[in-house]
Amino acid sequence: MTGTLAAVGAGLAVIGAGIGIGLVGSKAMESIARQPEAAGDIRSNMILMAAFVEGAALIAILLSIFVK
Amino acid sequence: MKRSISIFLFTLFVVLSTSLFASGGEGEHAPFDPAAVATHHISDANTYTILEWFTIPLPIIVYNKERGLEFFMSSKFHPDPSHHEDGHNSYNGYVMRHGSVYRIDQPGFPMEGEVHLDSTAFTSRKEMVEGKEKEVVYALYQGQEYKAVPRSTWDGGVLGGGITPFYDLSPSKNVIAMIIVCTFLLWLFIKAAKGYVKNVGQAPKGIQNLLEPIIIFIRDDVAIPFIGEKKYKKYFPFLISVFFFILGLNLFGQIPFFGGVNATGNISITLVLALLVFFIVNINGNRHYWAHIFWMPGVPIPMKILLALIEGMSLFIKPLTLMLRLAGNITAGHIAIISFIGLIFIFGNSGESLLGGSIGSIISVPLTMFMMALELIVAFIQAFVFTILTASYIGAATEEHHHEGAHH
Repeated sequence: MTGTLAAVGAGLAVIGAGIGIGLVGSKAMESIARQPEAAGDIRSNMILMAAFVEGAALIAILLSIFVK
Repeated sequence: MKRSISIFLFTLFVVLSTSLFASGGEGEHAPFDPAAVATHHISDANTYTILEWFTIPLPIIVYNKERGLEFFMSSKFHPDPSHHEDGHNSYNGYVMRHGSVYRIDQPGFPMEGEVHLDSTAFTSRKEMVEGKEKEVVYALYQGQEYKAVPRSTWDGGVLGGGITPFYDLSPSKNVIAMIIVCTFLLWLFIKAAKGYVKNVGQAPKGIQNLLEPIIIFIRDDVAIPFIGEKKYKKYFPFLISVFFFILGLNLFGQIPFFGGVNATGNISITLVLALLVFFIVNINGNRHYWAHIFWMPGVPIPMKILLALIEGMSLFIKPLTLMLRLAGNITAGHIAIISFIGLIFIFGNSGESLLGGSIGSIISVPLTMFMMALELIVAFIQAFVFTILTASYIGAATEEHHHEGAHH
């Protein structure tokens, strides 16, 4: 039973990260559309922010794997 | 014309994959276990198998207290490439199961020289070991079960391993992949460097054209914006090395039918990369960086203590996420591809039904091709993300503050 609960936890963590990365992506696309000449800067910052959001989800997934 | 060629290739691929699995379906066999297959394909191994058919023996270096250091080739085990790389023989008390070396840890087993195991060489079951449920492996010899233990790991049992009677120091499949990729990169970069000496002042040619845009991109879009015009030169070689090392290994693991090496998906390899970043960032961190971690300027004292706690944790969380992100993404890609290929065997009832296998192939082949295309992008993105995060950590650690008091 612990295994299945851990899987649910990992899934919940991914929902949060998905919403976060979705927000980062949508705002970045909007800003690129508004200011195409800044596309390069926005893109690298977008990837950086997405990576930070992903970090929180990764820790949650790690915990859900190893904490039993 | 183009269309007919692609239809022909598609049909050929479907027929080939169907016949491949059908030929493996003769005789007695265990039911198909997708989880076991996926785990086996993403783990490191002491032998290199190509296409479930051809095995390249690798050197095995093992240390045991009683026997001392031993060196032999993995061909001593006679690993069966089509049977999960299980070894038919044992050698000096060592056996090979699922491509990894195990040692027999039970009296009565002949510990000297080569011994032929039974036709079903291994069995495993869940047992309670020191209050934890663990999978225990048994080798079968003349109808008797002998307990086999895996190699020692340094984590003390946190990640499922522990200290066992032997240490494995062998250059495994991942090590071989790293050597191949590094040799290739060395050749590539020396060739490009020679090109710059040969045609000075001329337009770049050949390999130069491939490497120059990537290096310029990392310099102009990663190193300079994050580290700064003045200091980036000191860290640029590291950023470039890390980028090409990760990219090379990611792409090497994506080559179909070539061992499917999961080197950048292996947590120990990314751990070393993350540790390198950790040391480079913290050794080069300046006064302002440490002040911002332990005594944040410009906030009240209770806040300073709270922030010191949070920043102190983030000191270790940063390399931890760096390690997990790369390993997680690459491993997830490998598992997704293996799962889609596994559809053939699930639909085909592991070789019983040709019709099911064909339907499975028709579903599985496009999904696998799509996944592999996606993984090509992921290979680039993950190498880039690792580099850009490294650059941003270095940039944060070495940033100069010109106006004291105006902190953010």
